[in-house]
Amino acid sequence: MTALDEIKIGGLGASRRRVEDARFVRGRGNYTDDIVLPGMLHMEILRSPLAHARITSIDTSRAWEIPGVRLVLTGEMMAQRNLAWMPTLSYDTQAVLATDKVRFQGQEVCVVVADDPYIAKDGCDAIVVEYEPLTPVVNPLQSRAADAPLIRDDKEGQVDNTCYRWEVGDRAATERAFAQADVVSRMQLHYPRSHPSPIECCGSIADFDPATQKLTVYMTTQAPHIIRAAVALVAELPEHMIRIVSPDIGGGFGNKVPVYPGYVASILASILLGRPVKWIEDRTGNLASTGFGRDMYLAAEMALRSDGRILAVRMHADTDQGAFFADAQPTKFKIGLLHSAFACYDIGTGHITAQGHYTNKAPGGVAYRCSFRVTEAMFFQERMMQAAAVDLGMDQAEFRRINLLRDDAFPARTPFGFLVDSGQYGKCLRLGLDAIGYEQFLVDQAEARTRGRRLGIGISTMTEPLGAGNSREYDILGIKMFDSAELRVHMTGKAILRVGAKSQGQGHETTWGQIVAHELGIPAADVIVEEGDTDTAPFGMGTYASRSTPVAGAAISMVARKVRAKARKLAAHLLECSEEDVEWELGRLYVRGAPHRGATIQECAMAAYSNMPDGMEPGLENVAYYDPPNLTWPFACYIATVEVDPETGVWDVLRFVAVDDCGVRINPMVVEGQIMGGLTEAYAMSSMQFQTYDAEGNMVGSNYMDYLLPTAWETPGFELHEVVTPCPHHPIGAKGVGECAAVGGPAAFVNAVHDALSDTGVRNIDMPLLPDRVWQALQDGRDVSGMPPVRSD
Amino acid sequence: MYPSRFRYEAPHSLDEARSLLAQYGDEAKVLAGGQSLVPLLKLRFAAPELLVDINGVPGLGHHRVEAGVLRVGALCRHVDLERSSVLARHPLVASAAPLIADPIVRNRGTLVGSLCHADPQGDWASVLLALGGHVVAEGPHGRRPIPMAEFTLGPFQNALRPGEIAVEAVAPAPRGQVSGRYLKLERRVGDFATVGVAVALETDGDRVVRAGIALTGVGPHTIAATAAEQALVGRPLTAATVEEAAQLAAEASRPKGDHRGSVAYKRHVVATFVRRGLARTDLEAVA
Ligand SMILES: Cc1cc2nc3c(=O)[nH]c(=O)nc-3n(C[C@H](O)[C@H](O)[C@H](O)COP(=O)(O)OP(=O)(O)OC[C@H]3O[C@@H](n4cnc5c(N)ncnc54)[C@H](O)[C@@H]3O)c2cc1C
Repeated sequence: MTALDEIKIGGLGASRRRVEDARFVRGRGNYTDDIVLPGMLHMEILRSPLAHARITSIDTSRAWEIPGVRLVLTGEMMAQRNLAWMPTLSYDTQAVLATDKVRFQGQEVCVVVADDPYIAKDGCDAIVVEYEPLTPVVNPLQSRAADAPLIRDDKEGQVDNTCYRWEVGDRAATERAFAQADVVSRMQLHYPRSHPSPIECCGSIADFDPATQKLTVYMTTQAPHIIRAAVALVAELPEHMIRIVSPDIGGGFGNKVPVYPGYVASILASILLGRPVKWIEDRTGNLASTGFGRDMYLAAEMALRSDGRILAVRMHADTDQGAFFADAQPTKFKIGLLHSAFACYDIGTGHITAQGHYTNKAPGGVAYRCSFRVTEAMFFQERMMQAAAVDLGMDQAEFRRINLLRDDAFPARTPFGFLVDSGQYGKCLRLGLDAIGYEQFLVDQAEARTRGRRLGIGISTMTEPLGAGNSREYDILGIKMFDSAELRVHMTGKAILRVGAKSQGQGHETTWGQIVAHELGIPAADVIVEEGDTDTAPFGMGTYASRSTPVAGAAISMVARKVRAKARKLAAHLLECSEEDVEWELGRLYVRGAPHRGATIQECAMAAYSNMPDGMEPGLENVAYYDPPNLTWPFACYIATVEVDPETGVWDVLRFVAVDDCGVRINPMVVEGQIMGGLTEAYAMSSMQFQTYDAEGNMVGSNYMDYLLPTAWETPGFELHEVVTPCPHHPIGAKGVGECAAVGGPAAFVNAVHDALSDTGVRNIDMPLLPDRVWQALQDGRDVSGMPPVRSD
Repeated sequence: MYPSRFRYEAPHSLDEARSLLAQYGDEAKVLAGGQSLVPLLKLRFAAPELLVDINGVPGLGHHRVEAGVLRVGALCRHVDLERSSVLARHPLVASAAPLIADPIVRNRGTLVGSLCHADPQGDWASVLLALGGHVVAEGPHGRRPIPMAEFTLGPFQNALRPGEIAVEAVAPAPRGQVSGRYLKLERRVGDFATVGVAVALETDGDRVVRAGIALTGVGPHTIAATAAEQALVGRPLTAATVEEAAQLAAEASRPKGDHRGSVAYKRHVVATFVRRGLARTDLEAVA
């Protein structure tokens, strides 16, 4: 008998076609809005037109008079049930429906439930709310001002607009290192507010059954179990009577992690009315009120030796949190994993301080395709690296090369406490430089410059911590960030796998089957994958922060290994030998020394139901909860070349090379899809995609006319390369990959544009590098800040 | 999308459409491609009592050139112009069509609807203005041409009277050698113009006999850069005349500073685009 061909059964390394696409491309997906329940009502939200105002009166009487309106809820009515405020995932509170004040434009003020969504919308239009306008605060500068209005006057003991302070690192050692520096390089920038903007907006259908007292909620959540826990705590319903179902999700990108007022209001409405209540958010609702990403101001200094070695980094971050501190992030870390900055470099020592600010803007910010602020960390890191190389008069590739951790440095403890465990950084960088033709480009660039053409090259190298995370350090609301898998092998050797993660398009149904195929030799096509139903899936923390493969994927390996252990016992019984004499090859157990005597995994499965040894529990199934020993540390090298049109400030990408080392690739095609998607978002950040506010706190970017997502037309082509350094602690050596490109990509584009301007003295243009900003910088030879409020007259 | 309640009629003749419009006056809106009207309905910025869908009205889908005159019917879609083979003498129209919106919008949206919508950022109004075109309106009192220069009254306001429907947009027959180009600075495909410049030239030998220059997105409505046009007429295209036209066009623009760019930037791009638009016809002269 010949061994199974792992690629043929769709195991590790197979670019198996995505099984979920069969329904997605046929329009047969099952999204929240596709679900129709008998007797279902519809809810719409009335939002605040003002950024900051006291509510003086709300008159809902005309709404109640409209035929078909079933319920109008105000903040006051929520307050009577103790539901006007809810906890956020960052230990703050957030208004469900405003009672006292509105604190951002788009804030939820009332909801109307009606027979159909048109009537519900008419109902919203019929509500009269009177506001007394207050001074809006639209950035941290204003928020910090001595005469700034107190935004969170609802919070006892809150005297200013600060929402947290945080620090990490070694202040004294950093100061000593700066005292010895030959050169001190400085960088200051704003990472603009951006919105994950999944194509499917948020929504829920709450279905409270008055007879059984059971609450079922179909909703767009990346983390159904966290939602169940939150509902149990907020709504004071017993946990076993709450079922959260997350059906197909049309993109999440972090936007669908938090609990939103719409979910809570639909649940209360269903409880009050005893009927299912559907809420489907519109585009503006999504862009204007749900979790944004970034909006961080960063300033840092780097202490350098004249030979190019980094001695220390000192950083300060100010975050604009909006009206409520609603980051979805691990409890311990108030500014996420910002302190993962510089993890791939040997920087000696460092010190980071951070402060969060309340403003009259939408609350957040979520980890948009990002492990909790690593996007800002890596963008800043790579902008700082470019600036430092310029200050030293060194080649930017060489400056990176001499400061990158060497292959023999692992495991390496960073000055901020992370343990970076693996990588081949130098190899990735060299591969990238060769692929782009670095040396030749520099020659071409110099030649083009003599003819007035501005070419630029930008590099971004980074490792980031993915897959939160080990229970010593990572929890959300006290719940440790493990994940889980439950595998049941049926009698014919087919299987069902249930996982605590929740795909939003990443292809879990495809990839998870491959892990089972790799561990058990059951063809991936014989495994059905189910996620998202809290009544059936084991408890897991959901999908974000590139944690699915590092954590849930590891749990799948572990549960398959448990099943394999039992199969071994069954094989010993079938083969009439002792368990110690049973050997494993993919999909088959055989007698040591007599390879022709064996039993396939399918034969063992049959035996588990029809021919188990005396005293053995029937069945072939198990569950595994996996608490990872460390985060995973993928590495990437991204290189962009651009040409800037000095007359208009328009820049075009000439080429883009990506080298990703995400460890072992389970499905290379899926991995490449993730990288392409991430690079597209990186291009978006650098070129066009941002939200800002005018001086009155009106959002610019609350619809797709103002909030620009790149299309296939302008998105450049990407050339992908790989290096594989297996993760030392993951059962199959895989690392997270979903975010690397979105995290590390932006700096490559931005550095390239700055490189094209290298003779002008321009050190920083804030993202997005809109043509007018680039032109302005060229015009004045000065930096251009994108800090809101935007220019307006 | 949950607009306010409205009545919907889909007449099968122009007469029927006209009488519905006459009957409802200001409360009625024509629905052509729907690419501007439907978003307004969605946002409830527009809440007409009646929609008169003209998509079933025969005889409006054409675009043709007769004796050099280009006639574009009210149901001629952007995509029809993008793929047209009759625009050899109307290069400005041909070059603008693929720059309107994105392919999905171009499949439904109409040139005439765009003119009627009178969005200061709409591209077609500049094109028709630069060409010296007009709109043909039909109403209770018959048929009348409205010169493009008089058709747009302000942002989102056109010169149609209640009960009138625009049936055709017309660009006159050009003389001599023809060139033209639409230049558009957009942040992304499907974005409205930060700055748009329509340039249409008719030359006789090396002398310009007619110049049309119109500007999009840099004022409360589409702007005819008349002084720039006059600076070219009767003269050859040289680096000096081109530069003069570019500066005059920039002066004619009245941009607002916003998140798309400052006043100075937009003016600068107007001048740059006029230069480029003219350079296209005579690279040597400008180099
Ligand atoms: C995503 C998007 C991007 C866009 N980008 C651009 C762009 O880059 N450049 C650009 O120029 N445009 C752009 N547009 C607008 C687009 O060109 C529209 O098609 C056009 O403005 C309106 O034409 P329509 O046929 O769709 O008109 P409709 O939406 O049907 O009507 C628009 C208005 O004109 C009136 N109207 C229409 N036809 C007539 C008629 N025959 N007689 C009297 N009144 C009439 C209607 O009553 C309504 O008030 C964009 C639109 C979208 C949705």
